[in-house]
Amino acid sequence: MPDQTSHKPVMLITGTRKGIGNYLANYYLNKGFIVIGCSRGELDLKSENYIHYCLDVADENKVKNIFRDLKRDFGRLDVLINNAGIASMNHSMLTPLSTVKKIFDTNVTGTFLFSREAAKIMRKSTGGRIVNLTSVAVPLKLAGEAIYAASKAAVNNLTQILAAEFADFGITVNAIGATPLRTDLIKNVPEEKIAKLISKLSIKRLGEFEDVVNAVEFFIKPESNYITGQILYFGGV
Amino acid sequence: MFIKTTDNMITKDEIIEIIFNSIDEINEQNRSSIPKEASTTLFGSQSELDSLGLVHLITSIEEKTEEATGKNITIADEKAMSLSYSPFKTVETLANYIKTLVDA
Repeated sequence: MPDQTSHKPVMLITGTRKGIGNYLANYYLNKGFIVIGCSRGELDLKSENYIHYCLDVADENKVKNIFRDLKRDFGRLDVLINNAGIASMNHSMLTPLSTVKKIFDTNVTGTFLFSREAAKIMRKSTGGRIVNLTSVAVPLKLAGEAIYAASKAAVNNLTQILAAEFADFGITVNAIGATPLRTDLIKNVPEEKIAKLISKLSIKRLGEFEDVVNAVEFFIKPESNYITGQILYFGGV
Repeated sequence: MFIKTTDNMITKDEIIEIIFNSIDEINEQNRSSIPKEASTTLFGSQSELDSLGLVHLITSIEEKTEEATGKNITIADEKAMSLSYSPFKTVETLANYIKTLVDA
């Protein structure tokens, strides 16, 4: 259990079991943050400054429990990173409704619930930061990504409207429009599809975890308190 | 004043006290003088609160109620938003509505 009396910054990251979320959790733990993470499954991350919750990010009551504990244990939240996301690359005529609901639950409802509850804590101090993960799939409008792109388009809109609503509380809300990275999210996507996507970028390569960290660092630093409602796309999209 | 119930139960009077505490906070923040009465209008054209003030107030009341009862509640839930008469209308109607949430 982290030292509750410390003045270390407190960051909550959703989807920390693997991929970007896992990388960010380790990165910010190494930087001296207290990191609260969550995922559907267990995560054995050995750090006294890390707390893990197993949950579905669209489960309102369980999400509220995280924030109740956060309030009790630390009394504040400095940064929320809405990273948890799922994808299903398929032709829309072959996409079952259950997949549509699952994608929207995780990508949109989860982002909304965590942002709403985070703002309730962050409103008590100034300088709260919310960073959402969106995708270049929105502007590229790629065939085969209808539902994933639609869910991330919703995240973009959510980002910009929450930015307006939370500005009164000194909270900024921004989003990172990542290109594909070597994560589980694209493990089932054929190489030629990835190559086709990369060909549409100005800088023709996959994204790296360091690219995401760089953007997060920019959005959360104190000097970025005038930057809100922005969608930062990678690779020159 | 901080209300902490021992058995997760809370009376309507205690909820009204929570609402008054939150009104104190809003009055202090906004240098306003919203009266602490059961009949005080919180929502609508007669209210002294603007939309942001109402957000502050409801969030504060929700937090204090959760602290007092140890129970997660969402005051602005589907039912509240669909009722013909808004439960946010006055301190009294809000207290009645919160009581139904914590008792559920």
